[in-house]
Amino acid sequence: MEQKKITKKFWIKLVSAPILMFAFAYAMVPIYTVFCEITGFNGTTGRIDSEQQYAINENRKVEVSFFAMTMGGFPVQFGPKVNSMTIVPGKFYTASYIAKNNTDETIVGQAIPSVAPTDAALYFKKLECFCFNKQVFKPHEEVEMTLRFVVEPELDKRIKDISLSYNFFKLKK
Amino acid sequence: MTTTHDEHHHGPEKGLMRWIKTTNHKDIGSLYMWFAFTMLLIGGAFAMGIRAELLQPGLQLMEPQFFNQLTTMHGLIMVFGAIMPAFVGLGNWLIPMMVGAPDMALPRMNNWSFWILPFAGGILLSTFFMEGGAPAFGWTFYAPLSTTFAPDSTDFFIFAVHLLGFSSIMGAINIIATVLNMRAPEMKLMDMPLFVWTWLITSFLLIGAMPVLAGAVTMMLTDRNFGTAFFDATGGGDPVMFQHIFWFFGHPEVYIMILPAFGVVSHIIPTFARKPLFGYSSMVYATASIAFLSYIVWAHHMFLTGMPVAGELYFMYATMLIAVPTGVKVFNWVSTMWRGSMTFEAPMLWAISFVFLFTIGGFSGLMLGIAPADIQYHDTYFVVAHFHYVLVTGALWSIIAATFYWLPKWTGKMYNEKLAKVHFWWAVISVNVLFFPQHFLGLAGMPRRIPDYSLQFADFNFISSIGGFAFGASFILLTYIVIDCIRNGKPASARPWEGAKGLEWTLEPKAQYHSFNTPPSRKLIEAESQNS
Repeated sequence: MEQKKITKKFWIKLVSAPILMFAFAYAMVPIYTVFCEITGFNGTTGRIDSEQQYAINENRKVEVSFFAMTMGGFPVQFGPKVNSMTIVPGKFYTASYIAKNNTDETIVGQAIPSVAPTDAALYFKKLECFCFNKQVFKPHEEVEMTLRFVVEPELDKRIKDISLSYNFFKLKK
Repeated sequence: MTTTHDEHHHGPEKGLMRWIKTTNHKDIGSLYMWFAFTMLLIGGAFAMGIRAELLQPGLQLMEPQFFNQLTTMHGLIMVFGAIMPAFVGLGNWLIPMMVGAPDMALPRMNNWSFWILPFAGGILLSTFFMEGGAPAFGWTFYAPLSTTFAPDSTDFFIFAVHLLGFSSIMGAINIIATVLNMRAPEMKLMDMPLFVWTWLITSFLLIGAMPVLAGAVTMMLTDRNFGTAFFDATGGGDPVMFQHIFWFFGHPEVYIMILPAFGVVSHIIPTFARKPLFGYSSMVYATASIAFLSYIVWAHHMFLTGMPVAGELYFMYATMLIAVPTGVKVFNWVSTMWRGSMTFEAPMLWAISFVFLFTIGGFSGLMLGIAPADIQYHDTYFVVAHFHYVLVTGALWSIIAATFYWLPKWTGKMYNEKLAKVHFWWAVISVNVLFFPQHFLGLAGMPRRIPDYSLQFADFNFISSIGGFAFGASFILLTYIVIDCIRNGKPASARPWEGAKGLEWTLEPKAQYHSFNTPPSRKLIEAESQNS
């Protein structure tokens, strides 16, 4: 019996496997984004398009706390207008953040939201938010930025506190 | 190593060009082993620097930035420069002989996949001399430390990782092609020795995982230089995603570094217990299940990134599951020794201590895999102790065991058994003095990757450093033993170990430059099979 020759087909299989896995590394980027949106993994908040009706239990209360951070030398003062709100799941609320640009330059920034605990992220939905777009801060301008949100009643009954934090990053241009 | 065998029609070329142009699996195996050993000494020197700084609290010898460069480069050099090339070297030397093939299936590619390595290693090491210094973000190079906040030399690091990845993937393709196509026609898959089996499975891990690493560093490269934002939150990216991609590579990677070790030990223990390997087929299936599970547990490295409870539970249970096939293997090794006629030559000493110490590393791994407990252990010296028990007394132990076990076949000569035993006891005691106290440091809360620490950690760090220096010095003796064997060793017989089985032992005492030009017969294969 002779030793087997390496066929063309076998070659193609051997070489295409690493190429496919390289492509898979890139495919993980959209997969990860979709996965986070569906599961609320990593504290990713959801969006909602209209003020829909939920079954509301007025007696149920959840405390929502607001946090603000800035990253990497972002020169704008940024913080929540009120530190926390007591809300009823299923009702829509408006909260706001204040930002003041203390410099002589126009600053462009982007806020990235995160919700903790992560099991609450899936049920934290935003109708509008300053984090949906990049924000432009003119020199010495103070702005009030709003978000309108709802915590869906499907939220786990054991969760009594939710933290929403925004992290502002400076955009290069 | 430069002597030729005149009895064969063509031996190796003479001089330096032999090593540059060679396509012979034995030459390339030797090159890989020497390269890995050199890298081991360089990475070890970095470790000595780390332990010297940690000998006492306070900053003694170096700037924190340089300390971070040392920990980073120690990890990268040991993983990609020492352990992985050493196993590829063992695979090159042994697989063709074990499957009765004349050489590797793709000998020219084999030459190329080796000769990429010195350049990749050189590029990596040269970053020390660049402005801003070498990468200092740890061997896991998490974004944004490695993207936004890293020195310019990071681009050289990325290129080096690309080259190392290419080399490993080509090596893996070569081994798959050799095992599946060049195997002696009479040898069935379940006749194959376990080292061949574990390497075949490792190859599939390599071609699955290394391209993902290449993808991760390519994203880093474009993030750093070409304005993409894979890991940059301002551009819609996510630094946590880096960790997912990295550990999707990183977890199979740790099994890439340990599965061939399982193979080596499965050869040595039956030989010196003078009994057939217990549960050959269960060993094969256990290896395959470990390989499969290694792809679906990566996020247990990330329990503290903020995962939903369901995610933590899944990754915790999946991780626990790996203990089952690993337990099967340990059980089989112990059962092989049970009522065997055991003798304790150097390879056996290394193999038995492998089983014992690797299991300790496995147990601390189980502790780390428990999500609620990991909150305490995460990023402490407990983790450092854990992965050094599995990588040093696991992977490296098996490489040293394999070196002593097959050295007679590679050189035709016998090493100095007495010195080898001295070296073993020196190494096995010092390595435990080095790493065992790190468990306690970690449980007490000492974080990893720091050049300074609070006073309460001083005693254990002192003990650990003393063990470290002793362990480092043991490699001087190892170098001497190997060179002494090559130069002055007494001639070995073709089968120097009484109970050894395997086709490689049917060759001449020093395996001839070209072996198995005619494939072995069915009878010979059956006589030498581990599965009997």
